[in-house]
Amino acid sequence: MAGKKLNFEQSLEKLEDIVRHLEKGDMPLSDSLKLFEEGTALLTSCNQMLDDAEQKVVKLKKGPDRAPIELPFEGEE
Amino acid sequence: MKAHIESEPLFMNVCIKGELSNYKIYPSGHHYFSLKDGGGSLRCVMFRGSAMKLRYRPENGMSVLAYGRIAVYERDGAYQLQCSQLMPEGTGDLQLAFEQLKAKLSDEGLFDRAHKKPLPAMPEKIAIITSSAGAAVHDMIRILGRRWPMSKVLLLPVRVQGVEAPPEIAGAIRYANEFKVADLIITGRGGGSIEDLWAFNDERVARAIYASEIPVISAVGHEPDVTISDYVADARASTPSNAAEIAVPDCDDMRNHLNKLEALVSQSVDAKLRNYRERLRNIGSKSVITDPVTQIDNRRQNLDYIYRRLIAAQESIVSKSRRNFVSLAASLDAMSPLRVLSRGYTVASKESGETVKQASELKAGDKITLRFSDGEAGCTVDSLKLNN
Repeated sequence: MAGKKLNFEQSLEKLEDIVRHLEKGDMPLSDSLKLFEEGTALLTSCNQMLDDAEQKVVKLKKGPDRAPIELPFEGEE
Repeated sequence: MKAHIESEPLFMNVCIKGELSNYKIYPSGHHYFSLKDGGGSLRCVMFRGSAMKLRYRPENGMSVLAYGRIAVYERDGAYQLQCSQLMPEGTGDLQLAFEQLKAKLSDEGLFDRAHKKPLPAMPEKIAIITSSAGAAVHDMIRILGRRWPMSKVLLLPVRVQGVEAPPEIAGAIRYANEFKVADLIITGRGGGSIEDLWAFNDERVARAIYASEIPVISAVGHEPDVTISDYVADARASTPSNAAEIAVPDCDDMRNHLNKLEALVSQSVDAKLRNYRERLRNIGSKSVITDPVTQIDNRRQNLDYIYRRLIAAQESIVSKSRRNFVSLAASLDAMSPLRVLSRGYTVASKESGETVKQASELKAGDKITLRFSDGEAGCTVDSLKLNN
């Protein structure tokens, strides 16, 4: 299933689903190993997302067409 | 007369205690009512300008303190109290206003559990609606960043104090919904007096929170402060910092959770592999694998046994046939013509050697031979007598 990258929550959900399947254990070894591989990849990407995360903070301003415009926010007095 | 009364210093600044009755609000915006006590009654008017400052809704029967001055209404020739301030007795006016709005919105169902939306487990975007100055916004940004830096923070700056605050806060909540800027809203402010927090007891703010499609966390003041916003919001935080904690998971907890999942993944596959290994070992310990020669010897022995049984069977078949043969021979013997002769019958044959089966085959003078069991006799046919 190629497609767009899963976000953290989706990855975690998928991972938890895989763990549930693996714990039931009623599948052929080849399927288990495939899930194991998939689960390991998801674990890696989840940990990576946590490691790479950098907080973004913006200030929203109403633009001329009322649509929001993002401005940097560094804190003000 | 009017000038006389109205310039009397004693009447210029009075405070009268009584019970409200006949309370009426006119289209002009002026409020008219009477103050009663045990024996008497005083007519009062509160002009539009003063009435607009009332935070609560005066009701008949309420005990109040009315401040103002005594004036004369010339047309009726009656004196009345021109009330500039009407305070509920025994409780603050803000407290009363709070209780009144709370009861009203509660009756309308704005606080119902059923209407509360679940908060997203891991919001991607969080809109913070508060003042861009002050500690609250910085506390929230700092805690959100520490716990869950993956969430983007969008600040919608508003005033949180003063008459402009309620429409600004309510407007920002509606704006965030209109452009779907986030999947979670936090609105609130740091601690202060009841007056400072008053914007979050405003009906307009309460209704905007109630109407929000985006879940709202209300985070006003300190722990003991409870506002109308807190009641109507989907979740109530005791402080702005607490709101940041409620809004997002903690990434350290998440790492622990991931480690646990990792262990579960490897354990389950390990268990499976162990199980297969165990089965392999069981199969490996079977004698076909461990001692094939004995297996073959055993098979050979089986073969020998079968062979012996086959031979034995064959032999028994032969001997049985032999016995059958003897008994058949015996019955054959019994049927032999020679045996018949021995019982006294004879066989006649012509000179040609042909056996005579019927008397009609013969004529007088024919020579025939009679065979007995122990020999033959040559005979001549004297006469013939045939049966009909």
